[in-house]
Amino acid sequence: MTIGTSPPNTAGTRMRRTSGGLASVLRLRELPVTLALIALVALTYLANPLFLGQQGMKDLLLNATIVIILAVGQAMVIITRNVDLSVGSILGIVAFSTGTLFVAVPGIPIVLIFLAGMALGALLGSVNGFLVTVAKVPSLVITLGTLYIYRGLNNAWAGGTQYFAGDRPDSFGALSVDTIAGFPLITLIAIIVVIIVAIFMASTRPGRDLYAIGSDPEAAKLFGIPVTRRVLLAFLSNGVLAGLAGVLYASRFNSVGATTGTGLEFDIIAAAVVGGVAIFGGSGTVVGAAIGALLLTTITSALTAIRVDKFWQQAIVGLLILAAIVIDRIARIRTAKKLRHSEARDV
Amino acid sequence: MSNPPTELLPTATNKSGTRSAGVPTARGRTGIARILLGRDTVMIYALIVFIIYAALFIPRFYSPVSTGFLLLDVIPALLIALPMTLIIITGEIDLSVASIAGLTSALLGVLWAAGLDIGLVLIISLLAGMLAGAFNGLLVAVLGLPSLAVTIGTLALFRGLALVVIGDNAVANFPPALTSFFTSKLGGTGIPTVMIGVVLVAIIFGVVLHLTPFGRGLFALGYSKEAAIFVGIKVVRSKFWLYVASGSVSALAGIYWTLRYSSARSDNASGLELTVIAAVLLGGVSIFGGKGSIPGAIAGVLLIGTINFTLRLGRTSDVVLIIVTGTLLIASVVAPSIIDGITKWLHTRRHRRTLPQASASGATRATASGVQEGK
Repeated sequence: MTIGTSPPNTAGTRMRRTSGGLASVLRLRELPVTLALIALVALTYLANPLFLGQQGMKDLLLNATIVIILAVGQAMVIITRNVDLSVGSILGIVAFSTGTLFVAVPGIPIVLIFLAGMALGALLGSVNGFLVTVAKVPSLVITLGTLYIYRGLNNAWAGGTQYFAGDRPDSFGALSVDTIAGFPLITLIAIIVVIIVAIFMASTRPGRDLYAIGSDPEAAKLFGIPVTRRVLLAFLSNGVLAGLAGVLYASRFNSVGATTGTGLEFDIIAAAVVGGVAIFGGSGTVVGAAIGALLLTTITSALTAIRVDKFWQQAIVGLLILAAIVIDRIARIRTAKKLRHSEARDV
Repeated sequence: MSNPPTELLPTATNKSGTRSAGVPTARGRTGIARILLGRDTVMIYALIVFIIYAALFIPRFYSPVSTGFLLLDVIPALLIALPMTLIIITGEIDLSVASIAGLTSALLGVLWAAGLDIGLVLIISLLAGMLAGAFNGLLVAVLGLPSLAVTIGTLALFRGLALVVIGDNAVANFPPALTSFFTSKLGGTGIPTVMIGVVLVAIIFGVVLHLTPFGRGLFALGYSKEAAIFVGIKVVRSKFWLYVASGSVSALAGIYWTLRYSSARSDNASGLELTVIAAVLLGGVSIFGGKGSIPGAIAGVLLIGTINFTLRLGRTSDVVLIIVTGTLLIASVVAPSIIDGITKWLHTRRHRRTLPQASASGATRATASGVQEGK
């Protein structure tokens, strides 16, 4: 791909998509995952109508909320052709710090809790971003290292201490209980996050830059995109979102301690990949990642609802990830063929 | 575009465009110096220095009992690190290794509990690991899908299959003769008997990687896939068999894990993939492919294993252990970048002083790297 055409071209496709008909809808990268989600929900509903009852819906959304926020942040990083393995550790450390703050500062306003959690997440995320961009070491290695370091710091800080829901004010816990129009408050927060980040990625200059960097880092640099600053921004945003997820985790779950959020990293990357975010960057949307997260968390509930042995759940998730990769590859081959044809016509 | 072409060359051949800064320093050396000062050799020195330090200053470290426990603990990581080194050298990755070990362990438990002959059970478990590896190989090598994404998928899939096979049960009643063999020691040395097998596997992988055309081809493959195809390396076949090897060795690690702890569970060895990758990268294997060695990777595994063990002997909590692992990993990859940056900066400064009129940044950069070339 040449430098000159990359960012305007993607913008062009987007415009055509809004004006085009059925054909452009069929080309959407989010389509397979959306169809899979609809099919899953519909089939499960037919088998067990309680699945979409008021409580069932609420559980579905609550389970998905935290994964959605993390997947959106991870998608931003993956789109720049990087990856952040340390999100589970960031979530853990922020969740524990939230528990600590409530005990250390009685009566602290909840807004302040959110700001503190996101600031801590931003700090940890920017350490990742700084090491990746300044030291020029691949993000897979750096964030594997910080995964251990952040987890170790969390362990050192928490030790055997655990904070329980009783240590936190009721109004904070109520965020995951109260609903507006059937949506739990924390899910609404997640939806707002998805909308803001989606607009940022789709229609602002820095957002488009992230795609350009992911599709060809060298070309992006020659084109004059501040690659270092943009990649740093992606890691920082991911840190902020992981921090937010950590605060919401403390609201949603009873206990936070040294091992909170362990082993989340691959689930989150999987959600983004299932949602159509290409692992080597440059394509995919955060909306897709959010739907991917919703699909993966819904499978668990769906399997329980139709009384499939719960042990099958993880194997099915694995198959879904592989299916998403294969679908992505087929779509890519078809696009390449179409581009070749249209270029041949132009000549 | 004022950079000299020598600056651009390594980045241009690289798929992600950010080859680590360790390249220029290693390029200038030849012969013995290259072997004695390589990144992997430095890890071996570090390991030796640390073992001497621990033997002198850490009480109870220098004893057969310690050696025995230390080696028993690192064997699974040591085994899996061998194929992992080869795979990372070709520029791919395998995250599903620990799940394959878990799946093997689950199969081993269920088949044994079903009353099959233990020899047959071991063979079936090993075959299952090979099959799992072949599945990875099919997706990555034959279909050409990205290994990072594929093996995250199979990480979930194989662990999921382990759960399907054994559920949340555990099988523990393995033949005592077999389990005691897996913890037995060679005379009074404290070295576990199983180490003979591990050393054998390590020698096989070392010879294949470093002394055969196939192994040299893997380096070429990791450095530039196009060039490797042009010189006639069978890319698909090489990668496929590497994943089969990875699956088989992971199965061996799973069998060892099961019989050493005499417990078959679905979550055996979970999370081991990250430990192995951290150790291999610490041992000087480049995540971009094309660089690394078996002795370096082994030194990486043993260094992390030994540091963890001594910290545990000194009653340091597990907390510090993981911080040490993470910091070592980051330091080992960031240090070359920083050193490189400082040398460049020093050169630039010296040339600014001697040639005050050369103020254009292009000119100073060119001289700086020019000097480095001549070194």
